[in-house]
Amino acid sequence: MSSTIKSPWLIHYDASSCNGCDIEVLACLTPMYDVERFGIINTGNPKHADIFLVTGSVNERNISVVRQIYEQMLEPKVVIACGICACSGGIFKECYNTLGGVDVAIPVDVYAPGCAVRPEAIIDAVVCGLGVLEEKRAALAAGELPPAELPELPTAADKQLDGVSVRDAAAAELHAEIRDE
Amino acid sequence: MSQRTIIPFGPQHPVLPEPMHLDLVIEDERVVEAIPQVGFIHRGLEKLVTKKDYTQFVLVTERICGICSFGHSLGYSETVEALMGIEVPPRAEFLRVIWHELSRIHSHILWMGLLADGFGYENLFMQCWRLREQVLDILEATTGGRVILTACNVGGVEQDIENGELNGICQTLDGLRGEYNQLLKTFLKDKSVRHRLVGVGYLSEADARAAGTVGPFARASNIPEDIRSLGFGAYAALSGFEPITSKDGDGYARCEVRALEVLQSIDIIKELAEKIPDGAINQKVKGAPEDGSYAVSRLEQPRGECFYFAKGNGTKFLERFRIRTPTSQNIPGMVQTLQGCDLADVPLNVLTIDPCISCTER
Repeated sequence: MSSTIKSPWLIHYDASSCNGCDIEVLACLTPMYDVERFGIINTGNPKHADIFLVTGSVNERNISVVRQIYEQMLEPKVVIACGICACSGGIFKECYNTLGGVDVAIPVDVYAPGCAVRPEAIIDAVVCGLGVLEEKRAALAAGELPPAELPELPTAADKQLDGVSVRDAAAAELHAEIRDE
Repeated sequence: MSQRTIIPFGPQHPVLPEPMHLDLVIEDERVVEAIPQVGFIHRGLEKLVTKKDYTQFVLVTERICGICSFGHSLGYSETVEALMGIEVPPRAEFLRVIWHELSRIHSHILWMGLLADGFGYENLFMQCWRLREQVLDILEATTGGRVILTACNVGGVEQDIENGELNGICQTLDGLRGEYNQLLKTFLKDKSVRHRLVGVGYLSEADARAAGTVGPFARASNIPEDIRSLGFGAYAALSGFEPITSKDGDGYARCEVRALEVLQSIDIIKELAEKIPDGAINQKVKGAPEDGSYAVSRLEQPRGECFYFAKGNGTKFLERFRIRTPTSQNIPGMVQTLQGCDLADVPLNVLTIDPCISCTER
């Protein structure tokens, strides 16, 4: 075990979460769950962070922000999707502005489901993530860590529901309304 | 002549748990203008009303915001009940208000912690969040969820709280009040806290009215407006309700108003727990809202007045659902307080309105 995983620092970004998962992430850091006793510190600087906690699904506006934070973090790094929205889009999957889970923007290492995700689940996911972090660190030291494969960023125009483009459906609906009037 | 610079603030920023973006036009260290940008959390959930029927949609409204989740499900349920003319059993009305006030306590203590973090008092932040866990324990014991409760539905509430359990809640709240009073002393009397808050982000009463502010933000500028004083639901059963106001209109006044509202909420819960009637907790809901019918309702959320609108079309799916949230009302006032403040006070000024971006953008 290396020193890297003894005191992992994390950065949290709220993609388009409802706050429920965000306040649970913060609750992990405060006295009841107190992950700071394990050396885990919440930082605001991507360059300082080892673990990226993302809550909420991504949309067209914030997908580039999520990608930027990820790209600014230094290797080895681990991404944890907190909450069902970050995993798959959750209850908002059918919304026109939701592009899906965080994995459409960046590679995710650990998924922590739940609505809202419970602090125990977050801590469990972070502990899981530490294993991944150690693997990546060892691979990096051996010069064998492959560069992360970043998917092409989707836009709202690509969003499909039941095989139909959301944007086309909205345009057709609008045209029908105008015709009726 | 000093040079003007634009500093971007957010969307990812250490003091903001939620993404919002401000373009700060500064001259030296002084903010001349703040231009807010929103849309980072827009999901478009109002449109989901066409995909989930009116009994399912209450689950979506809970997830508008994780902090005021119970309030939104309550507001939505009241709107649909008004739309369909459903009479809610009195016990359910009381239970709803008890949960709503518990949410207010946890929301305000959470905000006080974030504020303490904002002005650099880490210990106070931790103490606030430690205290808040007691409220979350009550919520978890009574509903099963810590932040998303799923306790309210159209026609009543999902589960009952037995009278013995209500007494236990009152005892827990009494214990919480003792510990909270100690924190209150630090927030309202401590020299370093006063030094950081007094005079910061001043908004006069006239400006607050002109900007259309609501909630504790408005009450701190001496506008005594609180929807709870209209007596909707079980608030009518209270022996008296006076909105808490302050005349100062600065950061300290906003802190004071919210801090005292926690004690007021504890009193409300204790009074309602004594007066709660026995009986059913749920009214069976049948049929669908009529075509062309619409209803509105208003609710006092922890952050201020929230307005709901629903329109039916004769099917189980609503035609339109619209919310006007407190933070969207408060952003113009916040931008006003930012003009002329120091750059170092910007995070504090943003925090004092208690912004809830997920409500605002939905």
